[in-house]
Amino acid sequence: MSENKAHHGHGDHSKTYWLVFFALIIGTVVTVGAYFIHFDTLFLTIGVALAIASVKASLVAGWFMHLASEQRMIYTILGFTAFFFLGMMLLTMWAMHDAPKPIFP
Amino acid sequence: MDIPYTVMPRRDTGLYNAKLGIWLFLASEVMLFGALFSSYILLRVGSYPGVWPHGLLNVPIGTVNTLVLICSSVTVVLGWAALKANQFAKYRKIQSVTLACAVTFCCIKSYEYYDKFTHYEVVLKDGRVIDGHLVEKVGGGQVVNGTKQHPEAIVIHGVEFPAEAKAAGMAKVPLLHNLEKASGHHLEHKEFRIPWSDTKKVQNYGPWHNTYLAIYFTMTGLHALHVIGGALVMGWIWGPGGAMWKTDPERYTNRVEVSGLFWHFVDLVWIFLFPILYLL
Repeated sequence: MSENKAHHGHGDHSKTYWLVFFALIIGTVVTVGAYFIHFDTLFLTIGVALAIASVKASLVAGWFMHLASEQRMIYTILGFTAFFFLGMMLLTMWAMHDAPKPIFP
Repeated sequence: MDIPYTVMPRRDTGLYNAKLGIWLFLASEVMLFGALFSSYILLRVGSYPGVWPHGLLNVPIGTVNTLVLICSSVTVVLGWAALKANQFAKYRKIQSVTLACAVTFCCIKSYEYYDKFTHYEVVLKDGRVIDGHLVEKVGGGQVVNGTKQHPEAIVIHGVEFPAEAKAAGMAKVPLLHNLEKASGHHLEHKEFRIPWSDTKKVQNYGPWHNTYLAIYFTMTGLHALHVIGGALVMGWIWGPGGAMWKTDPERYTNRVEVSGLFWHFVDLVWIFLFPILYLL
């Protein structure tokens, strides 16, 4: 079952890989383009840049790394990773007394 | 003894062992880089207004390096697809582009580092600050009683910030814009020959210069080590390791897949590093 999926799932996907490649190029151009646009708030500037980066990262992970169609075991590992990663990022941001005053105007 | 499950997936995991191994390793890598990203956020929001530098890095160069890594990422996966289709010669050709991209990335990164190490901030005793690239150090350099002598003078090509601007330690690019806006003309870039005796502090833009450069060198340095490591492994598999294609092609293809997964991760980290360090 799984063996079949693993071998069958990765047939000739060259076209998909090229599409992802061009999407990543466009994503990079848009990221740099957004740099020259003056957004009203720093929050928006950071939000736009990180949103584009997240889309690009999903493309790489989903298609180049084949996460869009992988075995359950890998999703389980990454589920734990995502949980601890988010904990590490968010706990520091949520900390009310340790965090310096916000810089967002 | 043969290593088990190098080709066949294990029944319980559904994966061949190396693939499970690389994903576990990548999970730990996510936490390693995640800790640094988290540090970056805290350092950034904790800095005093006007101190965090903007525009220190060259955006076009960073963009080119981003595109180089994207190119290498697509060639890695195309090379692996070629092996899956039993086309070893095609794989060798495509993967050579990946390796060339890896070398190009390192060359560009080295140039960027070199540019920072030759960029100086000189604080004078009268409060003025000269900021620019080192042209030469005149005299000095000899070792007397175990200590290296200071040069007699230092020649910098750059701009002078007046003492009233309180430029020491401030983000130079926005400060320059503000000064030029206020005075209505461009601050002239020229060569300054500064006697060492006039200087209070002379320091290049290395990781010790400010918090931004510390986290910049830490993150991009760790990333560059990953690029070098990945390129060495992929280069070995591509070159001498290629002998395995004749004896065990499926296992060889899996090696290429696993090294490719690592390479995509390296690309993925750069996708976030580029905007946070160059653009924001």
